Amino acid sequence: MPAIVQIQSLSKTYASGHQALSTVDLEIEEGEILALLGPNGAGKTTMISIICGIVSPSTGRVLVAGHDIVDEYRITRELIGLVPQELTLGAFDTVWNTVNFSRGLFGQKPNPAYIEQVLKDLSLWDKRESELRELSGGMKRRVLIAKALSHEPKILFLDEPTAGVDVELRQDMWKLVRRLNDSGVTIILTTHYIEEAEEIADRVGIINQGKLLLVEDKASLMHKLGKKQLQIELRAPVAAVPESLAAYKLEASADGCQLTYTYDTQGERTGITALLQDLHAAGLQLKDLKSSQSSLEEIFVSLVSAP
Amino acid sequence: MINLQAIRVIYKYEMLRAWNTLLQTIASPVIATSLYFVVFGAAIGSRIEEVEGVSYGVFIVPGLVMFALLTQSISNASFGIFFPKFTGTIYEVMSAPISFFEIVVGYVGAAATKSLILGTIILLTANLFVDLRVEHPLVMVLFLVLTCISFSLFGFIIGLWATNFEKLQLIPMLVITPLVFLGGSFYSVSMLPPAWQTVTLFNPVLYLISGFRWSFFEVADVSVGISLAMISLFLLACLGLVWWMFKTGYRLRQ
Ligand SMILES: Nc1ncnc2c1ncn2[C@@H]1O[C@H](COP(=O)(O)OP(=O)(O)OP(=O)(O)O)[C@@H](O)[C@H]1O
Ligand SMILES: [Mg+2]
Repeated sequence: MPAIVQIQSLSKTYASGHQALSTVDLEIEEGEILALLGPNGAGKTTMISIICGIVSPSTGRVLVAGHDIVDEYRITRELIGLVPQELTLGAFDTVWNTVNFSRGLFGQKPNPAYIEQVLKDLSLWDKRESELRELSGGMKRRVLIAKALSHEPKILFLDEPTAGVDVELRQDMWKLVRRLNDSGVTIILTTHYIEEAEEIADRVGIINQGKLLLVEDKASLMHKLGKKQLQIELRAPVAAVPESLAAYKLEASADGCQLTYTYDTQGERTGITALLQDLHAAGLQLKDLKSSQSSLEEIFVSLVSAP
Repeated sequence: MINLQAIRVIYKYEMLRAWNTLLQTIASPVIATSLYFVVFGAAIGSRIEEVEGVSYGVFIVPGLVMFALLTQSISNASFGIFFPKFTGTIYEVMSAPISFFEIVVGYVGAAATKSLILGTIILLTANLFVDLRVEHPLVMVLFLVLTCISFSLFGFIIGLWATNFEKLQLIPMLVITPLVFLGGSFYSVSMLPPAWQTVTLFNPVLYLISGFRWSFFEVADVSVGISLAMISLFLLACLGLVWWMFKTGYRLRQ
């Protein structure tokens, strides 16, 4: 079966002359959850905006369910729901009205029972008669999700859905995403956080400076990128790493007060327990332990500089 | 295929918006018109008794109605499309399976409807002050409808073009208001010195008001046929402009 979204050498140069996307190729499979990971200004929103019809592409094309997004926009847009990054909502509409407005805009006949269900799923039912300006930021985010779901889309784009969202709503959101996904909805979300991609996605695409650097299965990507470091601070400096610890390939800092151990979180075993025992056996006294994961920036550097 | 549901909800929620801001949409133009009526009708009317056989108080009614229709059609329609652009909610309209045609029908249709209702209310208000007679009701309705549609369309174009609130006010304030005042809303062009009469003939609003007035009293500055031709021409020009904006995705899609 062909991919539900096919992006073919897509480029975008804004009127300002800024190239936000350069020849992106990507196939999104039906029913998957794809996370697009990238720093500010990478081009994530631009890519989504093109697929949804808000921004015109400069070159290249996009097919949704086999239909061109420009020539056959009526077919493609009916299939798509978009939750934008910004909290863009009117001020004086009520929740109920704005969600029903969205449904009609996407060409669907009114269906109060369905809208009721969506609002209940998003814990918005009690707020249905509230004006949008009276809602908190997190509730506005939920209204945007309800609007995006109002016409029962097959493909859902969530542009940074967790920005400004508390832990509870984030968990609710992931539950909802999984439930939608189970019912067959393809989900594309953007995020700045690798943990988030790890938590929810089947596949992860990494995008930086308008280029799609790679798209890979989450598991294999985590394996590649899932290196962690353990920093061991010592009470007294060592001149050199003791012979008995050679197997761990520790790196000592210049002043000899800190040792760094690099390990693989996805490996069978991390070797931390053994290392601690061996440190003790070597007579080294520990002051503090700290573990850190390679940041997204470091991952980019390693991806870009990799041969 | 036409996305009728989309037209329906745009129209419905634009009308609903007017309902929520009823005071602004209906009451303020009615009050303003009543004030004009009192000031012009009473103050000036006591000096000018009749214009071309029609008492002055009655004579200015068509001009007042047109004045309200023009300004309100433009401000309603321009605001209706400018505001979603301003707040960013336009993203939804742009990502919907809807053509520019449907957007225009929804927004302009609602704005024109509101103006039509407003025009009717003002006529009824005026009828409280003076005894109105309408010689050609069908022509009057035709002028009302054509004016509402074409100036709502014009307002829609301004709303699309405007990138800030200043620009939104610019054309209505700098162009429309002077044209209406100088277009014979409150006087007959024949009362002006000959040189000014010629200048006034270049004012498109003159034709509108003259034709509209003719439908009431059979009194006109220019023939009603020319008036109808002018308003139709203006409507066509607006339609052409909107069609061009649609082709180019003007100011909507980057
Ligand atoms: N309308 C526009 N005109 C000109 N440049 C733009 C426009 N929109 C975005 N850009 C530029 O294009 C680049 C990509 O922007 P985009 O919003 O797609 O990034 P992003 O990956 O979504 O970033 P973020 O994580 O901050 O949301 C940025 O450099 C941005 O400044
Ligand atoms: Mg973005």
